[in-house]
Amino acid sequence: MAAVRTSSEIGFNRAAIVAVLVVTIIFLAPIYWIASTAFKPRNLATTIPPTVVFQPEISPFVKLFAKRSQLRSPPTPEEYAAAPWWERVVFNGGEKIVRDGKGEVQWSGYPSRFMNSLIVAITSTVLAVGMGTFTAYGFSRFRVKGEADLLFFILSTRMLPPVVVAIPMFLMYRAVGLNDSHLGLIILYTAFNLSFSVWLMKGFMDEIPKEYEEAALVDGYTRMEAFFKIVLPEAATGIAATAVFCFITAWNEYAFALIMTSRRAQTAPPFIPSQVGSGLPDWSVIAAGTFLFLLPVAIFTFLLRNHLLRGMSFGAIRK
Amino acid sequence: MATTMITTLDRSSRAAARGLSDISIRNLFIIPTILFLIVFNIFPLIYSLGYSFTDFRASTNAPANFIGLQNYRDLLNDPYVWLNFAITAKYVIISVAGQLLVGFGVAMLLNRDIPLKGLLTTLLLLPMMLSMAVVGLFWKLLYDPSFGIINYALGLGTFEWLSDPNMALYAVALTDIWMWSPFVMLLSLAGLSAVPKHLYEAAAIDRAGPFYTFFRITLPLVAPILMIAVIFRTMEAFKTFDLAYILTSQPTAELISIRLYKMAFQEWQTGRSCAMAYIVLIMVLAITNIYVKYLNKVKER
Repeated sequence: MAAVRTSSEIGFNRAAIVAVLVVTIIFLAPIYWIASTAFKPRNLATTIPPTVVFQPEISPFVKLFAKRSQLRSPPTPEEYAAAPWWERVVFNGGEKIVRDGKGEVQWSGYPSRFMNSLIVAITSTVLAVGMGTFTAYGFSRFRVKGEADLLFFILSTRMLPPVVVAIPMFLMYRAVGLNDSHLGLIILYTAFNLSFSVWLMKGFMDEIPKEYEEAALVDGYTRMEAFFKIVLPEAATGIAATAVFCFITAWNEYAFALIMTSRRAQTAPPFIPSQVGSGLPDWSVIAAGTFLFLLPVAIFTFLLRNHLLRGMSFGAIRK
Repeated sequence: MATTMITTLDRSSRAAARGLSDISIRNLFIIPTILFLIVFNIFPLIYSLGYSFTDFRASTNAPANFIGLQNYRDLLNDPYVWLNFAITAKYVIISVAGQLLVGFGVAMLLNRDIPLKGLLTTLLLLPMMLSMAVVGLFWKLLYDPSFGIINYALGLGTFEWLSDPNMALYAVALTDIWMWSPFVMLLSLAGLSAVPKHLYEAAAIDRAGPFYTFFRITLPLVAPILMIAVIFRTMEAFKTFDLAYILTSQPTAELISIRLYKMAFQEWQTGRSCAMAYIVLIMVLAITNIYVKYLNKVKER
């Protein structure tokens, strides 16, 4: 920029700032709409004109976690008084929570799907990042025959459309009984994330000066000791960033989960759309499920903000 | 070079005597990963290559019969499969072009001193981190003809986004543009901030107009990084499954991945779907190759 700014330049700058704000609002509108619908009573979720100002409610979340049915008649005052506070908000919406003979609340399918997502995403992340860190160190520090080819092979395993890989995997899993199991999904996601983790971690490893280990080796450390005591602490940030990326990928994955799981090991992404089903969907409950599901990723995005570019480009661009 | 130095150092040090040798550590670190990827990525593909020459159906117990290249011949002669490829190509072009325009445009706007720039950038990046399937589902509500906020905000009445055969593909592409423009923006911002400031100063001294400055300085210098963005997005758009599968069931929006999914897991034509998967695989490799070659050309310049 020239040292002296003309008035038209300043005006252009202001217009650009306004434009950026407008774009940000448009981009965030769908996410805001999910979050706000999650706190709306059912009848306000699909109104025209859209309801923007409303009394936030917890009922969509209560309904999300428990099985529920329509109320034929309004609850009696005794029923109403006996019910816990969270059940009253469901009464107010014309529904009641289903209980078994002993009066235990019947859980909906959501909590178990959410747990499955956590189990599968966390385990596969630990495995992929663990193996990836060792392998990246190997590629970074030692001479490997055909290194470029091997690295390209590792990357290419991730380039294929998931359905292409899923067809043979489905047949193989069916043969060994891994269909609809946590282990099956964990193996798939580990394989999927491993290539990513090797590529990203190699970049981080390359940035750690070799002199650190050399000094340690001269001091009488074995290579293993040097790796665990010197390299790993230095690589901690890189490992954390890689882990968050792997977690998000596994957490968000849909196609494999849709094909490989149906009930027991089903994760949230194929489950949430299946709730829409037939008839009039309860969008506030779907929004509540979506909101809870997106929350961890939104938090991680903020924690990761300085590494996003690097992660999203497979470490091709460093900053 | 440095590696050899470590090796020689290592050999003479006391530690080498009690620890593992570098070669065995290297093998210990690398071989398990390679084996894991071969078993779970390459072996399945070999397995399905075998099935692609058969009439196997996973829904029956009937043994698979070897039918040679019949599946491939049928698929390549099937006009519907070609239609799926054409739809996919159209989708890739619309959505990548849209992302390039929006992403690069927003990056141009953001490439100046703006209060809270870091926060705004992070907020803009949020859509691409979220689950395509789950957020895509919610776009169904946004697109709803009678109570969706998009029609309300744009005053479109009861415009059919997803159930109109002519519109469905564009609606899917629009959601994809919303999700992935931030990616192009992120890469463009990195490219824009790397353009040396003195070039702009020199252009200002020469009284170059904004168009000249943009086309002769900004664009050529950012082009390589934009190409990387296009490569990544083309590959991803070609693979698209979740978003289109969840948003619409219109045949006019049936991308190749969806066709493949239906063939394999709804019609249970397992052998034929394996052949189809191989056709897609070869196309993916071809596209990657063309782009990598182009990328190297851009780099050489």
